[in-house]
Amino acid sequence: MRPLDPRLVRGVAAVRVHLAVVVVLGMATTGLILAQAWLLARTIATAELAVSVAALAAFAVARAALAYGGETLALRSAATVKSALRRRLVRHVVDDPHCAGEVVTLATRGLDALDDYVARFLPQLVLAVLVPAAVLVVVARADWISALVIGLTLPLIPLFMALVGWHTEARTQRQWRLLERLAGHFLDVVEGLPTLALFRRSRAAAAQIRAATDAHRDATLGTLRIAFLSAFVLELLATLAVALVAVEVGLRLLYGHLDLETALLVLILAPEAYLPLREVGARFHASTEGVAAAARVFEVLERPVPAEVTGPPVPAPRVVRFEGVSLSHGAVPVLLGLDLTLAAGTTTLVTGRSGAGKSSLLALLLRFTPPDAGRVTVDGRDLAELSTREWRRLVAWVPQRPHLFDASLADNIRLGSPDASRAEVARTAERAGLADVVAGLPAGYDTRLGERGTRLSSGQRQRVALARAFLRRARGAPIVLLDEPTAHLDPATADGVRAAVADLVRGATAVVVAHDAGWADLADRVLDLDATATVGAAR
Amino acid sequence: MTGRDPLLRMIALARPRGARFALGVLAAAVATASAVALLATAAWLIATAAAQPPITALSVAVVATRALGVTRGVARYLERLVTHDAALRTLSDVRVRVFRRLARTEPVRRFRSGDLVTRLVGDTDATQDLLIRGLTPPAAALVTGVGVVALSTAVLLPGGVLLAAGLLLGGVAVPLLAAAAGRGPGRRAAAARAKLSTALVDALHGAPDLHVHGAMDAAVARVEAADAALTRVARRDATLLGLGSGASALVAGLTVWGTLVLGVAAVDGLGTVGLAVLVLTALAAFEIVAPLPAVAARLGGLRAAGTRLFDVLDTPPAVTRRPAAPVRDEPGLRIRGLRVRYGPGEPWVLDGLELDLPPGRRIAVVGPSGVGKSTLAAVLFRFRDPDGGTVHLDGVDVTTQDPDEVRRAIGGVPADPHVFDATVRANLLLARPGATDAELTAVLDRVRLTAALAPAGGLDAETGPHGDRLSGGMRTRLALARALLADPRVLVLDEPTAHLDPETRDAVLADVLHATRGRTLVLITHDRAGLDRLDAVVELRPPGPVPAAIRAAPRPAAR
Repeated sequence: MRPLDPRLVRGVAAVRVHLAVVVVLGMATTGLILAQAWLLARTIATAELAVSVAALAAFAVARAALAYGGETLALRSAATVKSALRRRLVRHVVDDPHCAGEVVTLATRGLDALDDYVARFLPQLVLAVLVPAAVLVVVARADWISALVIGLTLPLIPLFMALVGWHTEARTQRQWRLLERLAGHFLDVVEGLPTLALFRRSRAAAAQIRAATDAHRDATLGTLRIAFLSAFVLELLATLAVALVAVEVGLRLLYGHLDLETALLVLILAPEAYLPLREVGARFHASTEGVAAAARVFEVLERPVPAEVTGPPVPAPRVVRFEGVSLSHGAVPVLLGLDLTLAAGTTTLVTGRSGAGKSSLLALLLRFTPPDAGRVTVDGRDLAELSTREWRRLVAWVPQRPHLFDASLADNIRLGSPDASRAEVARTAERAGLADVVAGLPAGYDTRLGERGTRLSSGQRQRVALARAFLRRARGAPIVLLDEPTAHLDPATADGVRAAVADLVRGATAVVVAHDAGWADLADRVLDLDATATVGAAR
Repeated sequence: MTGRDPLLRMIALARPRGARFALGVLAAAVATASAVALLATAAWLIATAAAQPPITALSVAVVATRALGVTRGVARYLERLVTHDAALRTLSDVRVRVFRRLARTEPVRRFRSGDLVTRLVGDTDATQDLLIRGLTPPAAALVTGVGVVALSTAVLLPGGVLLAAGLLLGGVAVPLLAAAAGRGPGRRAAAARAKLSTALVDALHGAPDLHVHGAMDAAVARVEAADAALTRVARRDATLLGLGSGASALVAGLTVWGTLVLGVAAVDGLGTVGLAVLVLTALAAFEIVAPLPAVAARLGGLRAAGTRLFDVLDTPPAVTRRPAAPVRDEPGLRIRGLRVRYGPGEPWVLDGLELDLPPGRRIAVVGPSGVGKSTLAAVLFRFRDPDGGTVHLDGVDVTTQDPDEVRRAIGGVPADPHVFDATVRANLLLARPGATDAELTAVLDRVRLTAALAPAGGLDAETGPHGDRLSGGMRTRLALARALLADPRVLVLDEPTAHLDPETRDAVLADVLHATRGRTLVLITHDRAGLDRLDAVVELRPPGPVPAAIRAAPRPAAR
């Protein structure tokens, strides 16, 4: 594992600033450690307080101030770094709606793993380089044999840790995977409790939990016995080296080769050389989590997103054609060589079983995805050449599960036209059959709908989407796309929505996707994707 | 009992492993003590050597120093293994206890939200964290701290007092104050993070709607405003959160300084040796309290986890067994005046339900969501007691029987049946342990799952977490197969076709009706389509002025 992702340094200015600040603070801390040790040794050896008493107090206060300032600055840096990454992440991801979901967690809790990494691990890493080096130089000037002991043991620590890690990594990895499975077992069993109770298996399951947790313990301890070895090596070497230095210095003192002040200075400084390394070891976990979080962020950032096509406004199309369009989801072909003509002012009903490519057809028209082969043309021009934004301005869309926002009902309806007046909103809401719903809300159109519009039922949410589409139509959008507008509704609600849809598609170039043919009276023509030979053969 | 601090109650859960934890604390104390003792011995060694005595005067100190250099690493290694072992043993106890309690406290209500379950499992595992990182370090610090203060006091009384004060301040007062100071920032950050999270959900999950309506730029701007607010809060509160480490450093520095001043003032009595030992002991002593700020910061979260955990462990069982009552001679299921509500003062979910179901008859129970359909299933499955009225099966009042006995007679598919992360075979064997592969295959045939499972390995097919390697229709069919395999006298299916797309729904319903021919069936559903093949349809209505329910109208069997 690399302790620092170069992409983090290269890509985020706040990280570079942070590292610079950390190095400066680290140097100041190192200087204070050395000065304090020297003054302590001198005062003990001479038993005189004269100058040192004030200076030592000042150093103590200065170290505290540095600790406070360092921690504060580091936390602030962490906040800045997270914000910078979060903004890039969001800006990058919104252009590709397909992978949006996973990013919510990554952008909130996922990034929090960087707190400890940036604020605590990186400063310790810098200290772990600066302090031992400085201590070594000072000790070497005072007593070269002690310097030799420290200089020889110090590099052994990272070396041994690397050796232990390298030797055990494969095994640890394998065992951690096993552990994750076993830890998952308890969650699985608790979630399945009603099912277990029903089959009278809950007593047997309790025994299973005991057995699985005990197996978990054995496996964990097996792993820990090795994982703790690296900490063991670290502690052992650090303490043993201090002990060796103490004895060596004591003996040289005994034979008069050294004075007391120097000996004390070496003794006080020796543990300081190992302390930052131990701190780094203790924060190893924070570092792996932080590096992993950064890696996940960059993995998303390095995913290519389709570039937005810009251009002039698109006039209302006279005809939209699918010309030999094919589309696959992974290895599964959903559309194969589809030819279809959508004439202006006509309604086309697209039916077929699920997986037949109904929603994909709409996704192509909405420009959520480009065709794998063939093309969609608008009055002879390839759809892919038209401005994405301008093209979508022509479309009124009612998705299968519309997303409602944590805003007022009115703002949810005028999502695409924020300038729409209250009267305009009310008019479209009425056409969508929302009047009764509005009357039942505590603050009418100003009622906040909550996250994902949880205040409304799925039928009511569908009507809000219809109202959005009506508003779009009123603003001149000539194309209407409907995706299973009544799939999740009970029969009574479905009838109401059906009537509103009939009103919506009147005079528009419309595509209605539905899995049943109950919409046939509404349509000028019906496309049955099950019956389309090219697709049928592919499945 | 319930008034006690949940942290103490969590620690009490570890009582059976007390000896192991004591050993762990001892090893931790030895590890920290050897670090302090090493520096104290070395200080004595050096200061004594400066007077150039004969080498024999130093030999004990030389050996002790070298030995102390080894004990620390060994003791620390031992401590970690012992405490982890003890904590994992305790975790096993706690998990079993939580599971047993959950099994008796009305599973259905509790399991509405998957998040709740995930959190509960996390809370259970927090016990381990408390024992390893919350209990052992302070206990070991106490042991070592007392020892080190005793040593300092022996050298110089005021020095010992100063060190005790410094350790208490740095190890107890500062961490607790820092944790308290961190609570406000924690709350503010959580509030800001919730706003950010809402804005993110809107922008990312609503991306298709936003793109099509050209509203994405505004949504991104809202996310960035929420991000700016969170970052502002975090940056401002950093000045508060840094106080802890600053104060710790100040206490440690000033204690060493004070010790030095006291020592030098008393140097005539102490000698250089005493002075060196005193000061270097104080210098090393703060390693004892170094882990404590992290402990204090963790306690708030652990206490919250403990509160939630004991909330579960203190819940009384939902099902009580009443004394036996005379058995009547009436075959079938008979419900009279059934009333259920979820707590005193809450509205009745079911209020006076009446239902007769002779053996071999199949009915559907329909009604809008929230009308108490699943509550009826919970009563029939004996997941909870009725608050009024009676349920008799073949003349026996079900509340007078062991719940598992009732479940032998009344079974089926609960709301959101769970598919375990195992093989199809293991999932089926739950319902009838010891069933042969032939029996399992036969039931898969009946629910028309054989062909769909064949490519994945048939009975050996892995289901994946929550059965996510199966389609929604396959999961429903698997749950139905389990219910048929258990072969109860009365089959209750609670929304078996929920969450399925319309065409799968129709196909599954047809197979349900096919597979349950000749059985006694209660089919609970919100969807009326295709129910005409059943013997009767019972409609539940919200309690109110209208009668709570219409009696299952006897209708000519449509078989």
